[in-house]
Amino acid sequence: MTDLQLQTATPARGHVLTTSWYEASARTRLRFLLDAGSLQEFIGPEMREVSPHLRLFDLPEQFDDGIVVGRGRLSGVPVFVAAQEGRFMGGAFGEIHGAKLTGLLRAARDLKSIPVLILFDTGGVRLQEANAGELAIAEIMRAVIEARTAGVRVIGLVGGRAGCYGGGGLIAACCSALAVSEHGRIAVSGPEVIETNRGVEEFDSRDRALVWRTMGGKHRRLLGGADIFTDDSVEGFHRAALNLLRSAGDFGIDTLRAEQGRLEDRLERFGTCQDAIDIWKAEGISEADSVPALPTDQFVALVDRVRRTSRDAR
Amino acid sequence: MQDLRFHREARHRAAGTRALAIIGVVASGNLEVLAERVLPDAECLVEIKTAAEGFGEVWDAVVADFVDRHSPGGLKFSINDGGARPDTVWLRLAQAARLMAEADQ
Repeated sequence: MTDLQLQTATPARGHVLTTSWYEASARTRLRFLLDAGSLQEFIGPEMREVSPHLRLFDLPEQFDDGIVVGRGRLSGVPVFVAAQEGRFMGGAFGEIHGAKLTGLLRAARDLKSIPVLILFDTGGVRLQEANAGELAIAEIMRAVIEARTAGVRVIGLVGGRAGCYGGGGLIAACCSALAVSEHGRIAVSGPEVIETNRGVEEFDSRDRALVWRTMGGKHRRLLGGADIFTDDSVEGFHRAALNLLRSAGDFGIDTLRAEQGRLEDRLERFGTCQDAIDIWKAEGISEADSVPALPTDQFVALVDRVRRTSRDAR
Repeated sequence: MQDLRFHREARHRAAGTRALAIIGVVASGNLEVLAERVLPDAECLVEIKTAAEGFGEVWDAVVADFVDRHSPGGLKFSINDGGARPDTVWLRLAQAARLMAEADQ
């Protein structure tokens, strides 16, 4: 129903800004994130570049294969954008879906001057086209690194329904910087996958509080995996994207070494923790139990306090 | 999957000049509608690919009602359907027609 209200009428600017990122479709997110009318889509739905595999499984296709790619302006700054539609097959990467993102990243690499925003909303690889999807993930990761090596900032925005799982989590980890909302979840194996493989004793996927404090935006921000925590609004992600475009660091072998050091350090300090709350306590957060309930402003203040001296890398 | 195609006469040309519009998402109980201004003014075409087989008569009725009320002359509608109910289909078609009547961005 959101689409009805948001796309058939020209909404007031205030309404646009407070629109929930989580609830919005990929197209609505892009339309409200970018300067009005600036989006120029590549391989749009009218080209009908649909998945060549889904029909074999008797499954419906989508004209854009679940991802919108193009270029536009963010407060005047030219950007390449890719937005995944989390409601179509869980935003999963298929052959075409992946190829569109790979192509966009390669264009950014070649042009060197235009940053890329990836609006993640994905459960990972599409199982019906698993081989093509896995290959796409590898190609995209390489393309992200090549773009960054060429001096391009690749910014990930995570706050969608499907979260950012599987290969999406791997790609996110390759980005220059990430912004996440409380609803955003970033991981490789999802809750159900872990429970299926390791048992309910290891991870109870029905325990939503556990899921959120293990993979949710707050934990990712506190661990340093995400660089900005925002509320669940178009305005929040707009501000975060602009901020990260300015602040994301350069990329080279030194960055990779520093990132390796950051991860080794993290494993050493928190490797024996049984729960995210143990990690937060080890980080020196005395009121760790109350973190999940903190409103955005208080949480951001807490992060600024505890992450003040942390080493950042990417 | 089932493919359906309905060619209808429209009373008059659809308002606006926009060449194309898209609305909706292919998900369970939902559908996407791609509208394109590619036909003569008195014609309307609705092409459907649906996951729910055997509902041709219902589609026929929904399309007939939509064309009667909106008269979307000159428009071709392409639908990917994830098993939406008739009211949702009607709503998405109406949304697509409305988008085509809006000014180009």
